Amino acid sequence: MNNRRMILHVLGEIFIVEALLMLLPCITSLIYHETVLGAYLISVLITAAVGLVFVLRPVTDKRIYHRDGFAIVSIGWTAMSIFGALPFIFSGEIPFFLDAVFESVSGFTTTGASILTDVEHLSHASLLWRSLTHWVGGMGVLAFLMVLIPVTGGGGNLNLMRAESPGVEVEKLVPKANSTARILYGIYIFGTLLLFGLLVLGRMPVFDAVNITFATAGTGGFAVLNSSMASYSPYIQAVVTVFMVLFGINFNLYFLILCRRFRDALRSEELRAYLILFVSAVLFVTLDVYLDGIYATFGESFRHSAFQVASLMSTTGFASADFDKWPEVARVVLVGVMCIGSCASSTAGGLKVSRVLLAVKSAGLEVKRVLNPHSVNVVTLEGKRVKSEVVKTTFAYIVIYIMIFAISLLVVSFDRMDFTTNVTGVLATLNNVGPGLSAVGPTGNFSAFSPLSKLVFIADMLLGRLEIFPFLVLFTSLFRRK
Amino acid sequence: MKIIVIGVGKVGYTVAEQLIMENHDVVLVDTSRDTLRDALGSLDAIGVSGNGATRETLIEAGVSESGLVIALTGSDELNLLCCLVAKRLGAKATIARVRNPDYHRDLDITAESLGLTMVINPEQEAAREIYRILKFPTAINVDVFSKGMIDLVSFEVCRGSTLCDKTVREAFSNIGYNVLACAVERLDEAYIPKGDFIIREGDIVAAMIPPNEITHFFKATGIPVKRVKEVMIIGGGVIAEYLVNELLSLNMKVTVIERDREVAKNLSFRFPQANIVCGDGTNRDLLLEQGLANTDAVCTLTGFDEENIFLSLYAKNTFHDMKTVTKVNKIAFQELTGILDIGSVVYPKYITANKILQHVRARQNNVGSSVETLYKIIDNKVEALEFHVAEDSLVAGQSLIELRLKKGVLIGAVTRGGKPFIPHGSDRLMPGDSVVVVTTLTGLSDLDAIIEDKYE
Repeated sequence: MNNRRMILHVLGEIFIVEALLMLLPCITSLIYHETVLGAYLISVLITAAVGLVFVLRPVTDKRIYHRDGFAIVSIGWTAMSIFGALPFIFSGEIPFFLDAVFESVSGFTTTGASILTDVEHLSHASLLWRSLTHWVGGMGVLAFLMVLIPVTGGGGNLNLMRAESPGVEVEKLVPKANSTARILYGIYIFGTLLLFGLLVLGRMPVFDAVNITFATAGTGGFAVLNSSMASYSPYIQAVVTVFMVLFGINFNLYFLILCRRFRDALRSEELRAYLILFVSAVLFVTLDVYLDGIYATFGESFRHSAFQVASLMSTTGFASADFDKWPEVARVVLVGVMCIGSCASSTAGGLKVSRVLLAVKSAGLEVKRVLNPHSVNVVTLEGKRVKSEVVKTTFAYIVIYIMIFAISLLVVSFDRMDFTTNVTGVLATLNNVGPGLSAVGPTGNFSAFSPLSKLVFIADMLLGRLEIFPFLVLFTSLFRRK
Repeated sequence: MKIIVIGVGKVGYTVAEQLIMENHDVVLVDTSRDTLRDALGSLDAIGVSGNGATRETLIEAGVSESGLVIALTGSDELNLLCCLVAKRLGAKATIARVRNPDYHRDLDITAESLGLTMVINPEQEAAREIYRILKFPTAINVDVFSKGMIDLVSFEVCRGSTLCDKTVREAFSNIGYNVLACAVERLDEAYIPKGDFIIREGDIVAAMIPPNEITHFFKATGIPVKRVKEVMIIGGGVIAEYLVNELLSLNMKVTVIERDREVAKNLSFRFPQANIVCGDGTNRDLLLEQGLANTDAVCTLTGFDEENIFLSLYAKNTFHDMKTVTKVNKIAFQELTGILDIGSVVYPKYITANKILQHVRARQNNVGSSVETLYKIIDNKVEALEFHVAEDSLVAGQSLIELRLKKGVLIGAVTRGGKPFIPHGSDRLMPGDSVVVVTTLTGLSDLDAIIEDKYE
């Protein structure tokens, strides 16, 4: 790490922003006259105090280097999750430290996996805090910070954005990173408000609507009821289905639409692949579920299939039905879309459609090259030539992703759960989905795992959300010093 | 007309030579004194040495009284600048050669502000030529008149064709629609055939055929038609880039062999459907491995004439029925290419010169009966020109029988009100018609000049 003072400074700013966000659950607890107010106030004080100590230290060199960006993001997200766990501990709602951190990490990384067996037991303040972490985590904390204050001059902003935002390559929409972050958050807030309005129109209780809106926008998946989304009206489920799909689309495309470049937006290769994948997955699942006779009518099968596919593909993790009980083809398709995830630069997780698309395309061309060694082929994405370095990085990412999956699976297996639980548990956390199948299915949770496994899941969630590389940079620089 | 030619390279020299033959006053401009001296040794023109984009040089060349400035230097940017400066200094019209496809794409917005009358892209013209050849494999050459409504198709009469040993009148009368033989080449001599001319095996006949009848015509006359489905292009330069684009639009299977990896990658990016191969085009094993034996046509477009000719010779003589198109840059080889069995030959330089000449002729006759299109066919021994019939033209209102045409002049096709037809003796030419004249006389620049008695 090149500029340690500046790293600490930015970390301090992140903590202060977090403390400010924690004031919202404080207000909630005042409205509902809840006793958890004290716990939240103490957490705000601690977080703000640490933040102030970091921020007030004088910084002369305000540059952020490439590696520093990665360090800030990886340390920042970890520390932020720990501070975010404080209210749960102080209020006694989640007494164990590791459980509280699990819940907080699950929130910030927009996973939505829970160790709680009874969500409805939580206070309104804590429910809101969980949903709020989804919302901030979805678009990114550092992007949020950039919206509020100019973090640094020069190219530092881009280094932060690059480290935090998901996808193959980070593109700025406008020349300034700050303005880019502002535009992205603008679109995000607009979408959030629109969803909230539509949910309230559907007679959803306002508190539920706020939480579900935050969780949908961030593609998180924490619900306020134990039944997740099953007990809401079909209208609300339909609205949420559409918005889960919408929040899984690359936000840059919304910017193109804002600029009235509709044709460019619709021509996006990633968007087309995403929609084709979505539609075909819905078809498969619908047919499988309908033919299996789980639902009486085709319409109902379609409604639930679309909701589940949208939920898992956008890595939200809501459930309108217990899809663990669905037939095998449907379950496999659901796990498949879970791994691929949604578009780059959206709030969703997973491998990302563009990355899968790139890998599939270049693998196809590689096969062609093996059959005809002299032929020359160029990998293209969105009509542009993709540099061979980017292709290599993509394959490296996928290999590391598989390795992390394998190691996590091995460690988790020591808990002697069934294979489906272990595999889908790791996939659900690594892809920031939330629920998996079997014991970690939509009606289950992660509470039965050992502390070691929970630690692995926490690591998986963070690795998945920040797309591995920031943490690799952190680890390599830690080892280098020793 | 006084014409300034800037840049005396290969194309500049050819254009100047043609223009001088057409009786124009040519001023050559080049930075190299040696080049100028060499050119002036064989051309009846004057030369000015210096940078053609500067006021000093252009004034010395007499830009203000010139009718046309043609910029043909090796650099696109310089050509554009020459035209811009020349236009400001009072040149009436300017022609620039722009070969970079990137610039060429934007010319619709830049041409006007740069004062360009015409932009010529030798590579694109060459690619179009090859495209036309490949579109009709039996035809040796296809030229387009009346905005593509009539084609002048040159083909070789092969053994077993119904055309053999028949007079032109017999051969073409029972086909059922209008086909007119315009010119015949036999043993290096060009003839404008009359009705009693007897066609022999091995003749190359140029005939006016409506485009949609071409396939039927070849079928009816027993000339083998084999549609080209697979093309191999050796050499992935700019011509290849334009060509691949056209060929893919015809759903042909295209393989390009290019030596330079970066160039190959660029092609692959632009044309993902094409098979782009990086390798040496003269490597026989590579060509066979990439399916040379199964392709219908080979275009040799490398930068070396020797390689192109050699490869075409190889392809033509090894594989039966293989259509070959050879690009030849140096005119010095022209005699040789006639002897060798290498199929169609494309000279980008000639095409460029033709295109410019066509334009010059049209400009010159703005008021009178103007030339709209000009093609040189049958090794440039025969010209096909498209004229516009003006109100006061001598031929206006006359029937073909009444017209006393010069020897070696033939009226090939008439377009009236946007509809082309092949005229009969009783048809009259009307003002406003477009007339295609096929002639062995070169330098024809006015429609009235086709009539015998004008000069008598």
